[in-house]
Amino acid sequence: MIEPIPLPDPSVPDPPDFSGWTCPMPLRDHPNVVMGHGGGGQMSGELIEHLFVPAFANPVLAGLTDSAVFELGGARLAFSTDSFVVRPLFFPGGSIGDLAVNGTVNDLAMSGAQAAYLSCGFILEEGVELSVVGRIAKDLGTAAERAGVIVATGDTKVVDAGHGDGVFVNTAGVGLVREGVDIRPQRAAPGDVVIVSGMIGVHGIAIMSVREGISFGTEVVSDCAPLNGLVAAMLDVTTDLHVLRDPTRGGVATSLNEIAKAAGTGIDLVERQLPIPETVANACSFLGLDPLYVANEGKLLAVVAPGDADAVLAAMRAHPLGQDAAIIGECVEDHPGLVVTRTAFGATRVVDTPIGEQLPRIC
Amino acid sequence: MKYLDEFSDPELAKHLVGQIHATATKPWSMMEVCGGQTHTIVRHGIDQLLPDGVQMIHGPGCPVCVTPLEIIDKALEIASQPGVIFCSFGDMLRVPGSGRDLFRIKSEGGDVRVVYSPLDALRLAQENPDRQVVFFGIGFETTAPPNAMTVYQAKKLGIPNFSLLVSHVRVPPAIEAIMQSPDCRVQGFLAAGHVCSVMGTAEYPELADRYRVPIVVTGFEPLDILAGILRTVTQLERGEHVVENAYQRAVRDEGNPAAKAMLEDVFETTDRSWRGIGMIPRSGWRLSERYREWDAEYRFQVRDIATEESTICRSGEVLQGQIKPHECAAFGTLCTPRNPLGATMVSSEGACAAYYLYRRLQTPAAAGTGAVSSGD
Amino acid sequence: MCLAVPGRVVEIREEDGTRMGKVDFGGVIKDVCLAYLPDLQEGEYTIVHVGFALQRLDEESARQSLELYRKLGALEEEFGDQWGLAAQQAGERRPPGTEWGAAQ
Repeated sequence: MIEPIPLPDPSVPDPPDFSGWTCPMPLRDHPNVVMGHGGGGQMSGELIEHLFVPAFANPVLAGLTDSAVFELGGARLAFSTDSFVVRPLFFPGGSIGDLAVNGTVNDLAMSGAQAAYLSCGFILEEGVELSVVGRIAKDLGTAAERAGVIVATGDTKVVDAGHGDGVFVNTAGVGLVREGVDIRPQRAAPGDVVIVSGMIGVHGIAIMSVREGISFGTEVVSDCAPLNGLVAAMLDVTTDLHVLRDPTRGGVATSLNEIAKAAGTGIDLVERQLPIPETVANACSFLGLDPLYVANEGKLLAVVAPGDADAVLAAMRAHPLGQDAAIIGECVEDHPGLVVTRTAFGATRVVDTPIGEQLPRIC
Repeated sequence: MKYLDEFSDPELAKHLVGQIHATATKPWSMMEVCGGQTHTIVRHGIDQLLPDGVQMIHGPGCPVCVTPLEIIDKALEIASQPGVIFCSFGDMLRVPGSGRDLFRIKSEGGDVRVVYSPLDALRLAQENPDRQVVFFGIGFETTAPPNAMTVYQAKKLGIPNFSLLVSHVRVPPAIEAIMQSPDCRVQGFLAAGHVCSVMGTAEYPELADRYRVPIVVTGFEPLDILAGILRTVTQLERGEHVVENAYQRAVRDEGNPAAKAMLEDVFETTDRSWRGIGMIPRSGWRLSERYREWDAEYRFQVRDIATEESTICRSGEVLQGQIKPHECAAFGTLCTPRNPLGATMVSSEGACAAYYLYRRLQTPAAAGTGAVSSGD
Repeated sequence: MCLAVPGRVVEIREEDGTRMGKVDFGGVIKDVCLAYLPDLQEGEYTIVHVGFALQRLDEESARQSLELYRKLGALEEEFGDQWGLAAQQAGERRPPGTEWGAAQ
């Protein structure tokens, strides 16, 4: 071993005293809502778990799935609501109107339900051009038609200028759940196969491109799409899909962590099998983001029994929204509650739930 | 991406890993100086591929982590003033000052914005002439030229409502401080490639010679890191201690003369305290007298604020490479990325956060057992 | 620290007297300040950090490094200083005054 020789150096009169170092007081909790509470990560989870769930305590809500499933008048219904605060309102590949329909349709589809009726609430900021509202309404109507869902009721409120961000939209939806279908995160079990329906990270990067002034040589547009048709095609193969999840805010990593924790199973991913478009990977490289945490609006994750995996994958690939579907990993007995990925170099790392929003890693 | 993906090729990585195994006959400890390198090592699991005993010590090269508490408190005070648009790189928002962070200021009505480039902040100043726009200029020698350009432009174009809150730090004085620590275990350095892209390599031969440590200028992709490790191990095995450039595609010996000239014009050397490390003489840059008008500390007359830090946190020792993150009793229990006790847990590049996110699997201490793991 | 990625310059222009340009990062195009590389040409590769081109990327050197790593595989079975041999073959150099002999 080479011993360092601390020769006296006039430029460094006293070496720093390491023994007396101190660190900051903990930031326990924010007394106010911060952006991270809406990021879909750990802070969102804690807000729901500690503030909302105790206030509404009931067995239907307790499942905390994308949509609630319950019996009503002899029918088995799925019910869900979602609010949309996206900026910009119009982005490559869609608008807040498309998101408002597809978001709720997809939340219902993740319980195996076909969305039937939607409600639609607009919160408009004073001063917004009516033509903008008109475009959004038109997009919303077109998206509803595409998804085969009827916008049955609505509401409009206007807030003072400066008290909103142009246009906020909320939708809620109901749909029927197919007989014999029981899809929920708790059903993931060791041995199950994890499938993603296509290329990941596209929506988040399309939005980011507008915000950060990035342009693309080849166009990157949001993947925003209704997934009820794809789910129906999968259910035609087997009604025994274990888990479905649309990895929106927080991306694939967050959704898989939710599944792993809910089911108490471990999930192993193979990094090389993740379908990531080259432009998304490149945009992530220079923005300092991880594609696993970037939002998707037209993709789903499916956890299925190993015996069903090939047939389900084939059905997905036969559907226009599932052409790039791929097996990305499996559920395992090891490390329950944790998602672990095998890197291209044969090493492993834990893929954790983000705390709040993913911030560009610049430095 | 061209010249990026090729340097992540797993097949070529095997060649380098094989060569490292063939070369190392003894245990060696080396430090990667830069947080970006730490990120690559942990994200790809490169440390898991090394021979037993060849150990990477994560260095203090994350500017977010080492930005002193006093400066963060000043940032928080400026950002909470009405009429101010406070711009920062993303990671900085989460770093706690004395009990608050920039997220909190934002939630209380402060106009805090994340920018990708410092020039975006300057543009905001041009677009909002009735507001004061402040950019939080942190970083090492790599980030200093971009930040310097903002005040240079502000002066040239006459943009009076822009100012820079500066907390720049430099790598060579940090290497020196680390080597002078009595408990130092570092036997070689992977120097920060992009710092050298700007500054060149001239500052390092003297350090390598004085402290008898190999210093290998290293890039940021997996193959770059492995090549840096291989060259360091090779030197150590031979008893050598010279400067090598293992990142020649991006580093010239002379650095970037235009950027260095700008640094010379805009900044002057100052003593700088590093969070978790303490005062390192002449280790930082501040705005020179000529640019005082654009210095946010001067413009906003923020007083020095009494700061307070946790006493449990051992981030100082982590930054020094004296302990691994999970050897701190608070790691993963009292101290998590959600509730960081120390700066190294704050940034995604911080050694503790990187360990927490990627390595909880391998570190028993993180599972809450309190056991001290060793030998990795 | 210092997340910087390589991209190819596809356009150079003056803006407020400052040298700016567009850089293509594998299909992702971004405005970049080129002021610190006054002789950078269109078509060349550069390393970009927070919107600034900080150094020209030497394509020949990149090729040499990759070639070197490839050769290491072939050399694994041999004896002696494979790294030094391969480095020599690839024409790598060190900063002046730091040659092998300097410390021996």
